[in-house]
This record gives sequence, structure tokens and C-alpha cells, in this order.
Amino acid sequence: MSEQPPAVELVGITKTFPGVVANDDIHLTVRRGEIHAVVGENGAGKSTLMKICYGMLRPDRGTIRIDGREVHFRSPKDAIAEGIGMVHQHFMLASNLTVLENVVLGSEPARGGWIAFDEARRRIRELSETYGMPLDPDRRVEDLTVGERQRVEIIKVLFRGARTLILDEPTAVLVPQEVEELFRNLRDLSARGVTIVFISHKLDEVLEIADTITVIRSGRTVATVKPDEVDAHRLAVLMVGAELPTPETREATVTEHVSLAVRGLGVRVEERWALEDVSFQIRRGEIVGVAGVEGNGQRELVEALIGLRRPDAGTIELEGVDVTAWSTRRRREAGLGYIPEDRHVWGLLLPSPLWENAMLGHQTEPPFARGAFVDRAGAHARTEEIIRDYHVMTPGPDTPALALSGGNQQKFIVGREMAASPKVLIAAQPTRGIDVGAQAAVWEHIRTARAAGLALLLISADLEELIGLSDTLHVIYRGRFVARLDPSRVTPEELGSYMTGAREAAA
Amino acid sequence: MRRWRTRLLWLLVPISALALAFVVSSIALVAIGASPIDAFRSMFRYGIRPTSLVSMVNRAVPLYVAGLAVAIGFKMNLFNIGVEGQYRIAALLSAAAGAAVALPPVLHIALIMLVAMAVGAAWAGIAGVLKVKRGVHEVVATIMLNFIATGLGAYLLANHLRKPRVGSELLIATRPIPPSGQLPPLLVTGGEDLRSFVLIAALLGVLVYVLVWRTRFGYDLRASGINPTAAQASGVDPNRMVVTTMLISGAIAGLIGMSDLFGYFHAYTLDFPTGLGFDGIAVALVGLNHPLGIAVAALLFGWVDRAAQILDLEGIPKEVIVITKGVIILSVVVAYEVVRRLVQVAEVKAAAEETRRLEAEREPVPA
Repeated sequence: MSEQPPAVELVGITKTFPGVVANDDIHLTVRRGEIHAVVGENGAGKSTLMKICYGMLRPDRGTIRIDGREVHFRSPKDAIAEGIGMVHQHFMLASNLTVLENVVLGSEPARGGWIAFDEARRRIRELSETYGMPLDPDRRVEDLTVGERQRVEIIKVLFRGARTLILDEPTAVLVPQEVEELFRNLRDLSARGVTIVFISHKLDEVLEIADTITVIRSGRTVATVKPDEVDAHRLAVLMVGAELPTPETREATVTEHVSLAVRGLGVRVEERWALEDVSFQIRRGEIVGVAGVEGNGQRELVEALIGLRRPDAGTIELEGVDVTAWSTRRRREAGLGYIPEDRHVWGLLLPSPLWENAMLGHQTEPPFARGAFVDRAGAHARTEEIIRDYHVMTPGPDTPALALSGGNQQKFIVGREMAASPKVLIAAQPTRGIDVGAQAAVWEHIRTARAAGLALLLISADLEELIGLSDTLHVIYRGRFVARLDPSRVTPEELGSYMTGAREAAA
Repeated sequence: MRRWRTRLLWLLVPISALALAFVVSSIALVAIGASPIDAFRSMFRYGIRPTSLVSMVNRAVPLYVAGLAVAIGFKMNLFNIGVEGQYRIAALLSAAAGAAVALPPVLHIALIMLVAMAVGAAWAGIAGVLKVKRGVHEVVATIMLNFIATGLGAYLLANHLRKPRVGSELLIATRPIPPSGQLPPLLVTGGEDLRSFVLIAALLGVLVYVLVWRTRFGYDLRASGINPTAAQASGVDPNRMVVTTMLISGAIAGLIGMSDLFGYFHAYTLDFPTGLGFDGIAVALVGLNHPLGIAVAALLFGWVDRAAQILDLEGIPKEVIVITKGVIILSVVVAYEVVRRLVQVAEVKAAAEETRRLEAEREPVPA
């Protein structure tokens, strides 16, 4: 047997992890120098598996072999020592430091108690030349684009001597052009012997880049295939065990009645306009989509609309009434609904029972309140309704929110906001991190509410979702609405070029 | 059934805490050369005497009120360490106010309580406003305010509120409150009388329960404690919430000294009880911030304090029970966290099972 042992071999990995889909006897063999994609729906157990691989979680059963040797990781430190590095979906960079400082952070090369910056700078230059990833070590991270920041993360991992890279949904934050660039880099890395484990649920990307594809469904490995043996359709069937739903909506339900009118909205963050001169309106029965790379002012826009942030310029009119100076509570009572982008941070009281979560944002109104008191019976009844109508899988209204899976939590939040019959709904990333089934359900509810006359602002990173659901599509770039597009004509590539500022059009 | 299993799990908290306290105190007793068996036996015998039980309740009442004051802050993650200063300055000023007016009995009591609540609320409110307007952490602000309260109280008592000296009397105190501003005992025994304020304290406990668990305000309060960002997005004004909660906590704190004032001292004196505010933190922790739990914890601490009085007669330093109390506090905090996680895992598991069952029942979704 002269064959090289696999770079990474996972045998029978099992992790019970209540509430979330666990890993159940997973087998994965990654050859040295290949690009190995691990695909599966959100919640299939990919992240758990990779965390085990990187020493962040310990498996209940099963073995991990690196280059044929069995290893036991107690922390990521152990994994790094074995040459495994991870690039997280959300970058872990200090934006006010330079590339150089970020790369050495945590593993500073020391010479007599001083950080050997010159040596580090030289090594970063070397790495970036070897792998064709141009990067100036002395630029500050806050000045870099998302694609460049990702490059910093990759260099950082290589700097620590990684020979196997785990990339967790690396394309989620990138626009199509940046994705191509990333793929070029990955091919270079692989050609020079770096092993790459690529986690994704985007099938066309996986088919393009991977040498081998392992499909995970409900915590189990269902297949390991070569990209030339399958097509996207076949992969999708493997992944979900059913056809993929699409977010298409096409009959126009838009009316003339303007529900939300925003004029010249501006938000300043530390002397800089994070949101500038944004104007748009949403009519009854209309879905207005906002496309943009994360961090281009979406959060400031949402916060200004919800009333969490006082705008520095402009006005917001809800149903013809100027609400710019209103508190969050007053706006919500006036019929403004909110589906937050991060449900754990903005949308749920995790340890509290569902009925208390059903009240959140509506706690001053019936059926949740009677005078100054909480109406427990009313809240329970409404919660039961939400659970039934929105197919939330849960034992009942007294179950704590944390016991629900992500998809069920999201369906619950959507149900909570819809059940309150809002006039305007702000939906930020309404289907992020949930499985395909729940995603389809959320889309369906959005369509139904639109037909019933809801005015909806949809902010999403999922371009297909935006193009499929929106009646009008705006592109936000560096805090400005730079283009207004017709979703029935635009392609994801075109959208991408507006999102990166490569193209400009009349807003 | 599952519910009952959960409740049994929660019982582990007090049981394990008491058991551990017992063991550690025994070790301490052995270390100083005393017999733990003798010590606990005499504590128990002395502790179950009727007089001791009355004394337990009398000691527990101020602890209970202090526990409520602290707990209401804890419910929204506000650490009102300043309960100590709030109740002392409130007791002083309300005693002085009570002595300065003549009113019919019930009104007189009500006025003294109102003054005490207003002073406590104002003193705590300073910390609330500092936090909201200047970003001063409430722990820092309330600790500093404790020092100021002590100094200010001593100054006011010595220079402005002190009653004129009679003959060679050395006692430094405010003027006595007339009988209309005193509460007669609820139960007269041969030894210590049971003070009536226990009824007001019990009522206060009910009010706190209703406020925190049954009103919209209480919902906002708890939501802010569990997830401040989500609470804010739901329409809670975090700044207003901080100030309001500090005011309520301080108002309750103002009532801590009332049992002793109405039922025993009838004036603010130099030997008025101190340290109740800090004990209140322990009581709130042990009582898991719930009025019922706080009642149990206050009675427990009251009993241990009382029963320990016998130890001096046995030649054992009664300071040993400070160790006992400390161990109870620590182990409750630890055991609570352990049980909370166990319960959480059980609940998550149950929900996951139920979900699987429900999903299995449903028809497969057509493609």
C-alpha cells in the first residue's frame, strides 16, 4: 500500500446535541490536496461536524484521523497544531488593526520579547505571492472589501501552518465576482497541496469547485460523489430528499395606497454617513427588496425604521403619518412589524416559554394585555393559533423558545408578526439559517400576506429570494440606494455588479 | 408527569445546599475543637422553642424586604448593591419625619412608610440616572452611594436630627415617634413579641409577585433582563426601564428598617441594625429572586441567626454560622445553575422528541 493516507478521515462521528440535528455516524474521507465539499441543508449538521473537526466540539463517539494518525482534539489549539485551520463564516478580525497585526494576533512571532513584525510581514508577502492572493500587510482591515477580508482570514490560517483549510460557507457573504476570485485562490491552494474542506449549500458552486462532494442529510452522510457524476438536480434530491422550492411570486397585488414613505433618510455613525439620502416607498400589497453586501447600511436602515436609532436626516411616514420622532413602541403599536436578522439577539427570549415570546413586540395590545396586566389566557390562545397556523413543531405554548430548532423558531417569529396583522413589515434575512422546508413555508406566508395587502420591506443576502419575491428591487451600496431594478429582468450577476459598486444606475 | 420530575429536580437546589452547608460547618467545628453533633443538637433544641420561632420571624422580615428590593433589580440584571445605604438613610429620615408630625394612627404609619419609600427611591434613583445619563455602572454608583449615605446619615443624626440630651443620657437617636406612629405587636409572648410588620411584608411580597409576573411592566422588566436587545426591539425603552426599576427597588429598600422602627426602636438610633442590605443580596440569591423563595431564604437565615445564639453559651464562637451561611449562598448559586442546565436539557430533549413525533405524523410534503 503505497497510497498516501487521507489528510482527514472521520469515522463514525456521532454527536448528540439536543434540539439541533446531531451528527449520526458520519464518515468523511478527505484526500491530501483535494477540494472536498460538504453539502447539506441548513441544520443538516455540517457546522457541528466542522466544529468537531476543528476541536471546538468533542464527538460523543467516533474517531478523527489526520494523515492516518488518530487524534483527540480538546480545543482548536490542538487542531491548529495538527495543521488544521478554519475560516469562519463571520470573520473574526479586528477592523481597526492592519492586515499584518490581524494575521499575527494570537501567534505573534517573538524575538526577545518583541514582536518580529518584519519577519511576519515577509512571511505574509511570501504566502500571498505563493498562493496568488494579493494583500498589502499594512492596510487597515476596515478599508478592505469583504473578499479581501476573507483573504486575510485565509492567510491568517496559513500563517499558523495549516495544511488543511476548513471554509464554512465562504461564499455566503460574497457577490458573484468575488466568488470567482475566491475559487481561483482555492484552486491555486489545492494545486500547491493544501487540502480544502468547503462547506456550502449552494449546489452550482459546489459542482464548480469541488473534486469530491459529500452530502449530509439530517446528520448522516448520505452520499459521496464526484461532480461529473451528478448534476445540481440530483444533488438537491440527495440533500433534501425532495424537490427544492422556489421563491417565485408573480401576480401583481400592488395598490396605489402608500403604506411606508421614506424620504432622504440619513444615519451618521461616528462622523460618517452609514446611510445617506435614502428614499423609497412601499405600497399596500408590495414587496420592496433591498439587495446589498452585508455592512452597507442595511442595519442602520432597519434600526432607523424600527426606531432603535434616531435618523440624522430625513423623514419616515407610516400610513401618511410622520413617525420620525416616535418611539419604537409607538411605531409598533401603529402597525409596524419586525422580523429581525438575528433572531437570538433581537427576536426571542430564549429561556422563556413560547407564549411569552409570542407577546414580544406586541405586549401592550390585546390579546396579550388587559389594562396594565398580562392576559395569560389570551396569550396562550394566540400562541396556540400561531403554532397551528404556522406549523411550528413544538409540544406547546409552555415550551421554552430555546428548545425549538432554528427553523421552528423562525416560523414562530414570522407567525408572531403576521398574526398581529401589521400594516408594514420589515423582514431582515427572514430565511437565513433555516432548512428548505421552513424556508418554503416562510416564503408562502410572505406571499399570502402580500396578497392580503401587507407592505413589506425585504432585506436579504439571498439574491434568489430577493429576485423571486420582490416587486421592486433596490440596491444598497455604501449607505446609498444606488439602483432601482425590475426583479423580473435582473440576473444575479447584474445584481452582483451593482452590489459591489462596479455598475451604477439611476436610483 | 414531566412537570413533576422537573419540580423534583428543583428541590435538589435547597437540599444539596443545606447538606453541603452542614458538612462544611461540621468540618469548621471540628477544626476549632468542638463537637458538631453537640453544636447542631443544641442549636436545634434552642431553635425550635416558641420564643426562638418568633425571633426567627422578626429577624426574617427585614431580610425578606431587603431580598425583594434586590431581587427586583436582579430580574432585569441590575445589581442594586446600594440597598444598604438606601434603607439606612430612609430609616433615619422617615424616623425624623415621623417624630416631627402628629397624625392619627394609620395615617401616621402610612406617612412614615411613604417618606421611607420616597427617600429610598430617590437615593437609588441617583444611581439609575447616573447609569442612563453618564454610563456609570450601577454597582460602582451604588457602592459609592452607600459610603455617602453612611457619612451623611451620621452627620445629619449628630448635628440636625438628634433629640436633645436628657440628663447624662448618652444615646444618640432621633426624637421618639409618638404611639400613633408605632405598630402594636401581633402576638405577645413571654419573651420576644411578634412584630406586626410581618403582615405588611407579606402583602409587599404579593405585590412584588403581581408586579413582576403579572403586569405588562413586569413583562418588560423580565424581558429586559433576559434579552435586552430583543426587549428594546419590542418597544421597551431601556433607559426608562433602568430608572424605573431602580426607583422601585429603592422604594422597597426604604421599607427594610420599618419593622424595627415601628415595632422596637421607635426612633433611629446609633444601634439601629446595619448590614441588612447586604444580607438581602444573599437572601435574594438563595431565594432565586422569587418572593416565595425569598421568604424561605429569609426565614432560614433568621432561624440560623437565632439558633446560633446558643453556641456562645456552649463555648463555641457563634461566628461559625457565618461560614454556614456563606456555604449555603455559594452552593445555592452553583446548584441552581447545575439544575437549570439539567432542566433545560430535559426540556430541549422533550421538545425534540415531540417534534419528531409530530413530523412523523404529518404526511410527507409533496414536491
